[in-house]
Amino acid sequence: MFSKGLRPVSVAAVVTALAAFALVFFYAPNDADQGFIQKIFYIHVPMAIVALGGFVAGGLMAIKHLRSGDRSWDMRSYVAIHLSIILGLAVLVTGAIWAKASWGHWWVWDEPVLVSFLVVFLLYCVYYPLRFSIEDPERQARYSSVFAIAAGAFVPINFAAVRMAESFTHPRVLSQTGGNLPGDMRLTFLVCIVAMTLLFITLWKLELTAKHASVQLKRLRTQLEAPRLP
Amino acid sequence: MIRTAAAVLRKDLRIEWRTKEAVPAMALFTVTVYVLFHFGLDRDSLDGELASGVLWVTLLLAAVIGVTRLFAAEREQGGLDAFLLAPVDRTALFVAKAAALFVYLVALEIVAVPAFAVLLLGPDFFDSLPELLIILVLADIGLAAVGALVSALAAETRARELIVPLLLLPLVVPLLIGAASATEPLFRAGGQPEDLGRYLTLLGGYDLIFLLISLAVFDFLLDD
Repeated sequence: MFSKGLRPVSVAAVVTALAAFALVFFYAPNDADQGFIQKIFYIHVPMAIVALGGFVAGGLMAIKHLRSGDRSWDMRSYVAIHLSIILGLAVLVTGAIWAKASWGHWWVWDEPVLVSFLVVFLLYCVYYPLRFSIEDPERQARYSSVFAIAAGAFVPINFAAVRMAESFTHPRVLSQTGGNLPGDMRLTFLVCIVAMTLLFITLWKLELTAKHASVQLKRLRTQLEAPRLP
Repeated sequence: MIRTAAAVLRKDLRIEWRTKEAVPAMALFTVTVYVLFHFGLDRDSLDGELASGVLWVTLLLAAVIGVTRLFAAEREQGGLDAFLLAPVDRTALFVAKAAALFVYLVALEIVAVPAFAVLLLGPDFFDSLPELLIILVLADIGLAAVGALVSALAAETRARELIVPLLLLPLVVPLLIGAASATEPLFRAGGQPEDLGRYLTLLGGYDLIFLLISLAVFDFLLDD
């Protein structure tokens, strides 16, 4: 039920990812003052955007779950948040590498985007202990959805608040990514975002299919073994 | 709904008045943390951003204690089942719990803020007391809304003493930003408020959004 369209999406993901890599390495020019290290931007920023989008999407799916009572939406929300947390870890690591290379420090506190992302990441890390310390599966799904909704709404609030704390000393424009990029860099960046989004959807569908299959398998196995009992 | 909420709130406040479980523990905790900060920072008096940061972080950590205890009676003595059996609006329970937490926080601050002024604060901030009161009230509303939701979320988990701080503290980061930044100029020598409107808007907006979210989703936590 989740595997519908998995094949075309994964093919599209591979194609755009290859195109994105080709553009990053052969088309986009080296940054004038950061040089080659600036290329990490093409993987770091799309990952961050897709991870935040995944968190918010997880919240929307959770709303769908609570409204319809269909538990498969909770599974969708869980897998979206799960993948976003993995991406989030990669964002923090690549961000630290980039910061070290271009600013000379592994971590910079006066950059609101970095700080907000860390806070959001820390909050979502609590999703696992919360979800897996509730045994009853129906209640687990409901509580996880409530968390996903509250945390999903928290993402934009937190970004606004952290920006507000800084904006007096460090004025900056909202569209800092992509807003002031030259044309060839911007094209590369957009292709990278599309590739990352497709990769995320592919992984999401794959994980859902695998989870669904293992649940089916377990059910069939118990069905098969039931009559053999004396 | 208001009547149900008021009844539950009365019950909670009466239990708290008789057992004296949460608020004295929170107050004791804040004073202990002030002592820890005194030795940890090796300073006799604080001012400016250090003072405002110490005060707000201490208050938020103390709030964790209150949030952990908020659903204790319901959980341990089966009050939740009784409430669910009653033909009343379930949102009333959230309103009552948030109101109870708000009262606890106000009671805590009546002790904790003067204690802070006596023990750690350098400059005299008596002139800017009205501004500080507004900041405290707005922060308490937000804390009460988020705290009641977090408390209900964590109530059914096995490791609730762990989940509450892990969940609550990241969620209140915007609150801390607003409150600490608004308080900081008040705690400087001869402190005058600065940028107060901006941070009060942040606090008010946070309160409003989280009250609405909590009201919208709270029912689903009780739906058994």
